[in-house]
Amino acid sequence: MSPLHDKNFESIEQHEHHHHIVSPRIYLTIVCILLAMTGLTVAASYVEMYVFNAVVALAIAAFKMILVVLFFMHVKYSTKLTKLTVGAGVFTFLILVGMTLSDYWTRAWGRW
Amino acid sequence: MSTATIVSLPDQSTARIPRMNFMSKEKGILSWLLTGDHKRIAMLYLVSITFFFFIGGALAGLIRLELLTPQSDLMATDTYNKVFSMHGIIMIFFFLVPSVPATIGNFVIPMMVGAKDLALPKVNLLSWYLYMVGGILMIYTMCVGGVDTGWTFTTPLSTHYLNTNVASAATAVFVAGFSSILTGLNFIVTIHKMRCPGMTWFRLPLFVWSNYAGALLMVLGTPVLAITLVLVVLERTVHIGVFDPNYGGDPLLFQHLFWFYSHPAVYIMILPGMGVISETISTFSRKRVFGYTAVAFSSVAIAVFAFFVWAHHMFIMGISNYSMLVFSLLTMLVAVPSAIKIFNWAFTLYKGSITFETPMLYTFGFMGLFTIGGLTGVFLASSGTDIHLTETYFIVAHFHFVMVGGMLMAFLAGIHFWWPKMTGRMYPEKISQLAALITFIGFNLTFFPQFILGTLGMPRRYAAYPPEFQVLNVFSTAGATILGVGYLLPILYLTWSLKYGEIAGDNPWQATGLEWQTQSPPLTENFPAIPIMDHEAYDYEWLEGQKEKVASVG
Amino acid sequence: MSDSQVVSNQVVVHGAAEGAHHEHLPYQRHHFETYAQQSDATNFAMWLFLITEVMFFGGLFTAYLIMRNWYYPAFVEASHQLNIFWGTANTAVLITSSFTMAMAVWSAEMKKKGTLLLCLTITFILGLVFLGIKTIEYGEKIEKHHVPGFHYSMQSFLNPQSDPEVYKEYKDKPLSYDMARHTELYFFLYFAMTGMHALHMIIGIGILVFMIFRARAGAYTTGHVTFVENFGLYWHFVDIIWIYLFPLLYLISRHQ
Repeated sequence: MSPLHDKNFESIEQHEHHHHIVSPRIYLTIVCILLAMTGLTVAASYVEMYVFNAVVALAIAAFKMILVVLFFMHVKYSTKLTKLTVGAGVFTFLILVGMTLSDYWTRAWGRW
Repeated sequence: MSTATIVSLPDQSTARIPRMNFMSKEKGILSWLLTGDHKRIAMLYLVSITFFFFIGGALAGLIRLELLTPQSDLMATDTYNKVFSMHGIIMIFFFLVPSVPATIGNFVIPMMVGAKDLALPKVNLLSWYLYMVGGILMIYTMCVGGVDTGWTFTTPLSTHYLNTNVASAATAVFVAGFSSILTGLNFIVTIHKMRCPGMTWFRLPLFVWSNYAGALLMVLGTPVLAITLVLVVLERTVHIGVFDPNYGGDPLLFQHLFWFYSHPAVYIMILPGMGVISETISTFSRKRVFGYTAVAFSSVAIAVFAFFVWAHHMFIMGISNYSMLVFSLLTMLVAVPSAIKIFNWAFTLYKGSITFETPMLYTFGFMGLFTIGGLTGVFLASSGTDIHLTETYFIVAHFHFVMVGGMLMAFLAGIHFWWPKMTGRMYPEKISQLAALITFIGFNLTFFPQFILGTLGMPRRYAAYPPEFQVLNVFSTAGATILGVGYLLPILYLTWSLKYGEIAGDNPWQATGLEWQTQSPPLTENFPAIPIMDHEAYDYEWLEGQKEKVASVG
Repeated sequence: MSDSQVVSNQVVVHGAAEGAHHEHLPYQRHHFETYAQQSDATNFAMWLFLITEVMFFGGLFTAYLIMRNWYYPAFVEASHQLNIFWGTANTAVLITSSFTMAMAVWSAEMKKKGTLLLCLTITFILGLVFLGIKTIEYGEKIEKHHVPGFHYSMQSFLNPQSDPEVYKEYKDKPLSYDMARHTELYFFLYFAMTGMHALHMIIGIGILVFMIFRARAGAYTTGHVTFVENFGLYWHFVDIIWIYLFPLLYLISRHQ
């Protein structure tokens, strides 16, 4: 069997995937949603929701980020490797924030 | 010691260095300073890190000289603080972190994956320039009076209470950090995207897997160090910051951010060394590495777990009890993948045809010394014992066992192993074996007493100590002298070998791996044409088959 | 006979069959086997660079989250000093510039040079507008002595009524001396985070200028869109950082 057809032969051939071009209509839809979400998050900050103010604000920001990542940055149409890379970055960031914050939040627990 | 050897050199009366190779291709200093060739960049790095190693080593000599006597009599305590700080910064950031990746990795990885170069040659060159800029800044810092915070830049000492050159030292490390990030980035892209036809992930040499894991850490961890140093410098200039208790900041926050990088940093340092060991242990046992998959996955596991354990450097600093528990448990877990590797290497030796060339001597040194260093790490992972052992010489001994007994030995193993490939010449075997032995003896004499000193209670970073500790300190300094000789010898004989060493030929070690199937020194484009990988890694039967083919055609 | 000759005998066949792969387009670097490999690799490299940036800003976000958690009242009142109109405007400006940048990538892919130039130029202008608004905001901070370390004044927080503009909107209660000191920490983080973000904007705008000149020369409309694409990723990333900075710094709590 020629190495070109060997199932183990992947490195060069795999790059011949088709290049997906995202249409301007999608971009336009996304930017309108993003601007609307911006208005929403400003409005939400004027409403007293106690601890949920922060939750709502971060949730809206996360939603906007996901739209930008998936559509403007084409991750929805990208390879698994790209998605894995984005995931790795987000995961490591969450470890940094989460585990550091967990120290601060548990300091008041006092002696056991 | 057995006199058997696997070395197979061409007939010295007729052998020549190939006329066309990466060193002869272009001449002139600009062809080196503006090169994109990963092999030339590796040589540039080799020269620079050797330079910094000797500065760091000289500083180590000063430390050991001071510690010969209980009083702080050789230098003032402030000066001593500067000496150990600079020793740490230079050895970690300007020697250990780039050592294997930037010299051996840069040289060999493209060849191991079957590519003509790394994915981003210009970025590779930029990384060397950043390293040089950082290095020059560090030398400048030394010349204008040094820094005495320790390599850890702990706040509020570094932000508030010192008037030494924290900003320039931090900037030097910042710049060197980006050098490291770019090297790691380049490796990850190359290993994913530049493998030759047939080179699946599981046919890659384990050296590639280890450097891949190290590269992941470089890319994800180093930026946090960068921003932390920015915050320290900002706080020094603006006199207010998030680490400043006067305004409500937390000095411990610095430590969280600093160690978030600096713990993965120790794995950045050791993983490439472990990669070297996989290669040498296989070649000098004539046997494929036992449990290839386990070694490959354990490299990645070390990289992942590395991010979960940083606060074990902070057990006594004021973190919560909950954090102590969690980080202590996770640190115990991170020891497991490293142990898996040691087991697999040991089983590689079992029923192998072992020979004792210099790289193998360093490899054996690594196996023993890294195991001791790693086991003492488990003592420190347990927060109960850590409370007593931290900030003592036990810690100093622990990390020198893993970094010097482990990593530096692995680096020397790798340099000797790939020296014939890089230069086309063999180093002189007898004197190099002697140097390895001297290094091993010197190392043990230097650092083993420090474990005892630590358990007896001698604190680290102190120029003066109680007189009852003197005897062990004298042993340690004596060992350091011997160690110095052991490190000086390779510089001398390796340089000598450039002109007078035997011609090595393509594959003096009869090793598998694509880099050994082409000339020494290699062509600029590595291979006459892109190879096709049609056999598994460490396939010694395939190698035998190649020799038969040669015999039958000839 | 040396080993390398054996290798070259083996791969001669490969070389002949792979002939098609070795025709090099003018913008293909020689160490890549195909153009597709090159654009894949450089795209992946840009993503890796972006995750280093995520971790870089991550340190700042960690510090911010801890301090905000500890000193919530100080952070709330200090955030009232930020002009919500300018902040929202800047957010809209950046989001729109992300849209125009995405359109620029599309134009390059569709080989429409005129549209590409238009989109890049609008992105550039919007970037300048963002920086202009930031300058106005920073100016306000300087005027009111809210720059940490440089004659910082806590008056607006010890005695909110001394700051009629802001007091009218939010009717803040006076903070205790200790808590008022922590407002300086808020502003340290404000300047550090928005300053780092602005630095990334400036670098981006510089590269945009370069790209506009290259686009005019037709560099990106011949099928080689990698540079524009990868820069687009960078620009969107800088936008995402602002998407988080805006609610965290400006919108902590604006209810009266």
